[in-house]
Amino acid sequence: MDFTITDELADVRDEAVRWVAEHVDPEWADIQHRSGDYHTPELHQLLARDGWLGAGWPAEYGGRDRSPAQAAAIHQEIAALGIHEDGWSTTDMVCKTLLHVGTEEQKQRYISKALAGETVIVLGYTEPDSGSDVAAAKCRAERDGEDWVIHGQKMFTSTAHMATHVFLLTRTDFEAPKHAGLTLFMVPLDAPGVEIQPTHTVGGQRTNTTFYSEVRVPDDARIGEPGHGWDVMGVALVYERGGGGAGRTGPSLTDRVAGWCRGQITPEGTSLFDDPTVQQRLARIAIESEVARLLGLRVGWVAGQGGMPGVEGSMAKLYGSEAKQRHYSAMQDILGAEAVLTHGSPGAPLAGEVDTAFRYAIVGTIYGGTSEIQREIVAQRRLGLPRSRPKS
Amino acid sequence: MDLSFTAEQEALREAFASLFAHTAGTDVVRAAEPLGFDEKVWDQLVRTGAPAMAVPEGLGGGGAGFVDLIVVAQELGKRLAPAPLVEAVVATNLIAEAAPGGPLLQGLVDQDRVATLALQPVASGTARLVPAGAVAEVLIALDGDELVAFERPAGARPHVPSPPNLGASPIADWSLDGPDLQRTVLAGGAEARRLHHRARAEWQLLMAAALDGLRSAALDIGVEYVKSRWAFGVPIGWFQAIQHRLADVATAGEGAQLLLYEAAWARDTGGADADRLAAMAFLYQSELAQLTTRESLQFHGGYGYTLEYDIQLYFRRAKAWPLALGDPARLACELARDLFAPES
Repeated sequence: MDFTITDELADVRDEAVRWVAEHVDPEWADIQHRSGDYHTPELHQLLARDGWLGAGWPAEYGGRDRSPAQAAAIHQEIAALGIHEDGWSTTDMVCKTLLHVGTEEQKQRYISKALAGETVIVLGYTEPDSGSDVAAAKCRAERDGEDWVIHGQKMFTSTAHMATHVFLLTRTDFEAPKHAGLTLFMVPLDAPGVEIQPTHTVGGQRTNTTFYSEVRVPDDARIGEPGHGWDVMGVALVYERGGGGAGRTGPSLTDRVAGWCRGQITPEGTSLFDDPTVQQRLARIAIESEVARLLGLRVGWVAGQGGMPGVEGSMAKLYGSEAKQRHYSAMQDILGAEAVLTHGSPGAPLAGEVDTAFRYAIVGTIYGGTSEIQREIVAQRRLGLPRSRPKS
Repeated sequence: MDLSFTAEQEALREAFASLFAHTAGTDVVRAAEPLGFDEKVWDQLVRTGAPAMAVPEGLGGGGAGFVDLIVVAQELGKRLAPAPLVEAVVATNLIAEAAPGGPLLQGLVDQDRVATLALQPVASGTARLVPAGAVAEVLIALDGDELVAFERPAGARPHVPSPPNLGASPIADWSLDGPDLQRTVLAGGAEARRLHHRARAEWQLLMAAALDGLRSAALDIGVEYVKSRWAFGVPIGWFQAIQHRLADVATAGEGAQLLLYEAAWARDTGGADADRLAAMAFLYQSELAQLTTRESLQFHGGYGYTLEYDIQLYFRRAKAWPLALGDPARLACELARDLFAPES
């Protein structure tokens, strides 16, 4: 038993901090916050130019002779500044999938341009009528000579308005069983018939609804065999799972809330921190945060042992995302009436950070497999309970 | 990070799992009620040297660490074994540190005497509802400014009756001005408080382990029940209302177990946050043991309310065992003040 966390990126962290200090404008976090665009093209170009997007990739597909560890440290530093890189995370995931299932020509074409920052790829899985039941997709792709013609609609195509391609889940066979009629395409977002409409969220992030009206793509935009889309998506899912790393640690939001409480004097003349109801809530948040951290670390440990941390990943995701919602809600209560003041609002406690976290935490229990889907995985795979949903 | 046990620890787990399976089946647990103490189980534990297993080898103990101890406590908890091992280990460790060369320790290492600890400071000359108080011959208590060992004469257990209680535990008051008690001062002042505080943290850690065993066994009982009980033409474990609630307690339970392991590791490696982690593990395991046993009992339907089914044995102890420390909210406040102390 050993809970020592070694920072595997320790050797490269200083270098990463230097690169970020030199190239990253902390103002980008605010710009993202205001615009709701969780992708900063300027930053993306800089990362591509200096080879950080290509770190660890094979040279024949545009990989660069850069340390993947250092690239990982740079991404961590950027995240620590509150800057999202949603465009890169979906692009990275799709390229890793292409490495496994793409043709040689597709790898050459898509990966090298993605690593050069010229293409940004987003995900088009979810539809108005299918979220968790993603294999029920109805977006249709029909063969027409050498081409395919696509018709349908996707929801939550985040970053699409700043991207070049969508990795699109379509149904190519309406007769086959649900999971056997799916096919994936790489669809250029500037193709005639593609329309992108903004969708705004409680968390402030802008996402999109995308429409595909008789969109024509050549057969070489098809990724994987027709009807094998479900397996192709399975490859991508492997890359969605990841363990918690050491990362950078500073004072947590809980620490800052505790500090804020110390500075608040109640009408009775005592510090708000001395209120036992506040102390109880802070203790609970601290305990559950530690449990969430440990469940996350376990995912990485199981993977490091050569295991496939499927259930462990579900548990970490379920517990962590649910806990965050409880915690930010409790923090809002502690901050009291002023907690409703949003980021940028005069007098907002902790500059509205708790409000921002509270809003953004909503989506944690929804995307990447809802809590209900995770519970189903735990119940069936860990506890051996019977499959409860109808077969399809 | 390494979440695995050593081969020795695995062997230890197997040995105690087997010992408790043979000596402390639910028939034994039931037969031991209402006192909650079984001489045979205790005798078996004494033969293995378990009460003194963490005492240094040079003093006649087993030289074990806390990761070893929690393995044993987990197995005890799974079987609800009616023996005050948690209290005995903590009190024996305390005596080994405070009075390493004395006859008191020798009596605990060589004989089958039961030692225990008053978790709360003594008030008005009485240590109230001491865990294992009815069957212990030795009590360590913080009496004013002194840490004192009280010894009562040998005799048949229980030495005093235990008041009827929820967990069927051998709790009892110790009246400390009794003429037949031998009083030995182990430490005074700050050292007394430090030793008592540490022992209390050790008790929290080992109780967290016993509760973890109890919790995981109660989950297994619930899962097996919902697989075999049919209603509306399906096993009730088919219903999502039940699946999801069991998934939640299983998930939080595995997290609580990791927290327990981290706390034991921190204690063994002299981590500065060992006491805090022990409190965190104790508080979380207390809550989850109650929640898990409640869910398991609930899914038994009416049978869960009867004494015939084992789940009630777990349910009652999940609530009763941790209450020996008092209102958990007070410990939570203490923890928060410690965790969020201003930077000095």
